[in-house]
Amino acid sequence: MSGETTPSHAPLGGTDRRHLNLDAGGNSRPTELGRTAYLQALEDGWADPRRIHHDGRRARALFDGAREAVAQVLGARTEEVWFAPSPTAAFHAVVPALLQGRKRAGNTVVTSKVERSALLNGLSFAGADTRHVAVDQQARIDSEQFAHEVALQGVAFAALQHANHEVATVQPLEAAREATRAAQVPLLVDATSSIGHLPAPRDLWDALVASPADWGGGQGVGVLALKARTRTRRTWPEDQDAWFPGGTSLPAVFAAAVTLQEAERERLQRATRAHALVERIRSAAALIPDVQVLGDPSARLPHMTTFSCLYVDSEALMSQFDRIGIAVGSGSACTSATLEPSHVLAAMGVLTHGNVRVALDWDVSKADVDRFLAALPQVIAEVRGSLGVDGL
Amino acid sequence: MTTHILDTRGQRCPLPIINLAKFMAGLPEGDSVVITSSDPAAEYDIPAWARMKGRQCSSPDVIRDDMAQFRFLVTFTVTNAPVV
Repeated sequence: MSGETTPSHAPLGGTDRRHLNLDAGGNSRPTELGRTAYLQALEDGWADPRRIHHDGRRARALFDGAREAVAQVLGARTEEVWFAPSPTAAFHAVVPALLQGRKRAGNTVVTSKVERSALLNGLSFAGADTRHVAVDQQARIDSEQFAHEVALQGVAFAALQHANHEVATVQPLEAAREATRAAQVPLLVDATSSIGHLPAPRDLWDALVASPADWGGGQGVGVLALKARTRTRRTWPEDQDAWFPGGTSLPAVFAAAVTLQEAERERLQRATRAHALVERIRSAAALIPDVQVLGDPSARLPHMTTFSCLYVDSEALMSQFDRIGIAVGSGSACTSATLEPSHVLAAMGVLTHGNVRVALDWDVSKADVDRFLAALPQVIAEVRGSLGVDGL
Repeated sequence: MTTHILDTRGQRCPLPIINLAKFMAGLPEGDSVVITSSDPAAEYDIPAWARMKGRQCSSPDVIRDDMAQFRFLVTFTVTNAPVV
């Protein structure tokens, strides 16, 4: 902005202008191993894995290896794992397929208002009778209400996230699983924010969606796992590939599998480091006047947190951070494509404007967080100052 | 105990809340503001502001009308008095 004067003390956030990704939710940088795996698969697995000659069989071997590796982490059988063009595509396919498959049971789906848009949009587009379970101010569902709802007549399936993708709150998945088991209702688990960060929810799902871009696996691929006994009915033409006919990029699939194994090996170490760093961020944000730190303080994803700042224009805040090389996320209306506030924040009944969402990448360091926290109070003060809210 | 009108239609977040706060800062205790906003975030943020500041806030009056100048309007009555 012209006419802006820089303070005479140290530059905002120090002199380090290297790009720092603090918006890693579904947006994590591919790891070195992932990059190598991708290139290797591009070299050796360029062919159509369905063809029976040498090149096709080599691609098939890589594909089957990827499938088996992912299955092992999820606690599934190899043939229960599918690769989609994206996690969104996985939701858009599995939702109508479950509804059609479970038609005889009913058309009701029990879920929450804090689920991902891809899931909620899939439900509404498919014409499901959606019953939303109440959430508290930390976006945690009411387990008792969930159990009550899934036991009612006419429930096709239930859908619940393992952990919330905006406020990081972990959902009571074990209790939900018990309830759906007792009611004999399939449970679709959104693990797009949890795999690689929390222990994989083995045995807690009938259908599961995961996101490689959340664990350093890169964009362009999603994972759908489906227990063999789960009744589904495709809403697309029959094909040799039962799900996502036409296949998904083999390099992306292979990189997703290799980086998942890597993420599982590194998980405890990464999560421990991230958890402590997020603790510092939450404490520091809480000290800034008129800032609401959101989500469960302890039952949370290790690497993510969000807070809403009163009187702050998120777009201005994000661009101030971008200028000093730091990428942060936001659930505010002004930063969304639809100009609507995050439905998650809205459901929680919290402040939606001035929202800052931080998701630490797999290689985050203490120095990175120091840099962010050094800049945070000043950025907030500057954005508030430019709106003339001093003294409010 | 006067009731004032604050029309923030056309203002994008966070301006409606900022203007509400500025307006209320100058009011005696007990006065009320009927605030109208066309900003979708205001439906959540006006009550959130009132909660953060310990002020009384009514339930929202929401109009969603694609034919009008604004596709969405919400009205609250916020009182410059603590929540009992």
